[in-house]
Amino acid sequence: MTVRRRIGLSLRVDPVACDAYGYCAELFPERVTVDEWGYPIVDGTPVEPELADLAARAVADCPRRALRLYEVVVDG
Amino acid sequence: MLATSSTTLWYSTRATGIVALVLLTATMVLGILTAGRLRTRSWPAFAQADLHKRVSVLAMVFLGIHVVTAVLDTYVNIGWASIVVPFASSYQPFWTGLGAVGLDLLVAVAVSSAWRGHISARAWRTIHWLAYGSWPVAMAHSLGEGTDGPTVWMGILAGVCGLAVAGTLSWRVLDYRRHGRRAGQVGALTRVVSPPPARPASPGRPDGRRVRSHGVTRVHEVSR
Amino acid sequence: MTATVTTPERVLVGVRGEDESSMDLDRHLAAHGPLVAPDGDARWGAWVHRAVAESGLLGRGGAGFPSAGKWEAGRMASRRPVLVVNALEGEPASAKDRVLLLRCPHLVLDGAEAVAAAVRASEILLCVPDHSWAVAASLEAALTERRRAGLSGRRVAVRRPPGRYVTGEESALTDWLGGGPGRPMMRMDKSVPLRMARRAALVHNVETLAHVALIARRGPEWFRQLGTPDAPGSTLVTVTGAGSGPVVLEVELGTPVSQILRWGRFEDPPSAVLLGGYGGTWLEGSRLDTPYAPAPLASVGATMGVGVVVGLPATSCGIAETARIARYLAGESAGQCGPCVFGLPAIAGDLELLSSGRPDPSALERVAGRTSAVDGRGACRHPDGLTRLVRSALRVFAADASSHALGRPCSGHISPTVLPLPPGSDPRGDAS
Repeated sequence: MTVRRRIGLSLRVDPVACDAYGYCAELFPERVTVDEWGYPIVDGTPVEPELADLAARAVADCPRRALRLYEVVVDG
Repeated sequence: MLATSSTTLWYSTRATGIVALVLLTATMVLGILTAGRLRTRSWPAFAQADLHKRVSVLAMVFLGIHVVTAVLDTYVNIGWASIVVPFASSYQPFWTGLGAVGLDLLVAVAVSSAWRGHISARAWRTIHWLAYGSWPVAMAHSLGEGTDGPTVWMGILAGVCGLAVAGTLSWRVLDYRRHGRRAGQVGALTRVVSPPPARPASPGRPDGRRVRSHGVTRVHEVSR
Repeated sequence: MTATVTTPERVLVGVRGEDESSMDLDRHLAAHGPLVAPDGDARWGAWVHRAVAESGLLGRGGAGFPSAGKWEAGRMASRRPVLVVNALEGEPASAKDRVLLLRCPHLVLDGAEAVAAAVRASEILLCVPDHSWAVAASLEAALTERRRAGLSGRRVAVRRPPGRYVTGEESALTDWLGGGPGRPMMRMDKSVPLRMARRAALVHNVETLAHVALIARRGPEWFRQLGTPDAPGSTLVTVTGAGSGPVVLEVELGTPVSQILRWGRFEDPPSAVLLGGYGGTWLEGSRLDTPYAPAPLASVGATMGVGVVVGLPATSCGIAETARIARYLAGESAGQCGPCVFGLPAIAGDLELLSSGRPDPSALERVAGRTSAVDGRGACRHPDGLTRLVRSALRVFAADASSHALGRPCSGHISPTVLPLPPGSDPRGDAS
């Protein structure tokens, strides 16, 4: 039986849905920067609990629902 | 507590209608600016979008009061049906009908925006374009219906609102012509065809398909 | 284009370079023997599964995963899965799948039946690009023969997807088969099987199935007699660049690359070699004795990928050829993701500028930065293939790259290319 361990919440962007609005980078620069064409570079390291609200706001404000918050769980 | 005095209701209808028109104008201006995707350090894009959304909600609130007080006012005969069914009112059917058209369009925009996560991006954008139609309809309704239309101050107000919208639209059209799409808005090829084209692929219109999510065993989305 | 045989002769048994005809059913059975299914379909399927797993066969479509690895999920699916035979071969420099299907289609079809039994597939879909009428005709003829001989128990159909580069990617292919536009999908978890119209879909390369057909006859120990412990068996490679046209060879895994080049009609060793296709890597001329297998190649910074070997003559410029590949790959983007749509043409432009020899001290830093920016940010691995290729080019041709950036061009960027590029995609229009 595998034991599951929750690592934390991390951000990921769906590159197909993303349309380079850039709101995520404005709202959450701690984890999201923008490349030279306006598309987000998302840092997938887990979000600290004190920044979780900012992350949630960035996810909610994405006009394309491209930014998603994932719960990362590993086996063992 | 519901005011039954007809005069109070009538004043409320006129006042909230004018405020709703001004707020709708502001919503339009902010919406056009947001779509233009021009941002500065002190005026970030998310704030423009956010302000546009909040002002639109405020506009809908005033619009709601305007409509309700108009129906409750017994001095003029406007029934509940005629606020959504155009040209069904017995009082000034044409101008009231325009108001109903405007309300229908704005309700569609509002509902689709509330459910934005559940409809495709293309569907949302198509419905949102109806908003462009709602503003001139609202303006015509304001000028034609009721007693304030022919006054000077109303004319000045209408002029200022008209200039604001026209000016912003002109800026948007010129900016688009000069810069094209500022960023993003790539679409997928609508069809992958063979043999390969002679010219390099160019970005197409955005595709409105919702992204399917695949089942995952180890990483799963936090449900909202 | 010719197919020749060298030792070993396994998949290409009975195929002669001079004889362009296809092996019909009788010749196929004479060369390989019958495909016996003892104990009925279900137990045979389980036996095939075990045999292929023990054989250590790795997929021959480029990714190199253990072939039997995905079968368990397919067999456990609630609805019987569909087996997709991927004959798209979108790599322009690869011709092995085409040769297999033109010359020995029955071997591939045998393999498909074996895998279908192992995963309980109810249907087999043979996916041939819409522009390959010869391959489709060969398959249809073979299917007709099998039907007459009473050989096929399953529903087998031929499908004709568009022959673009990314259409052969397995998620794009299953998307197209399910009625979608045929664009690669974002896959968060690869252990979840692909779906096609609510059924699980297993996608296998044509050559993989040919090997399965032989393992099903001769067993896993026989398969492991050739090759290396980690990469057993033989594999097909397409060798290009010797001037006499592409050659498809069967080679034992672990053979030195230099030997493969000699068999591929290279009299003099090339200055560098492109391995693995246009999303692969370069191997420098000093390392041509590296064994052709995943682990030894990885240890020198190369990837095996799909069986493609392109030799670069001394008169060609590696940077210029990489620029041409980059421009081709940029044009083959599915157009879904910004970093790919904008990043790939930008990288191609950077490489073209670099190869033209215009002095630009920041050129190398810029292209390296853009490569890192694009890497891993698409929904599929298409941009990753280009970044891998560009990184290896900047490493293998570092001297050329630096001297170009300083303003010293070579003649390579105006000499004709040795790379096969589909017509219309080479901006200079003179693909060989």
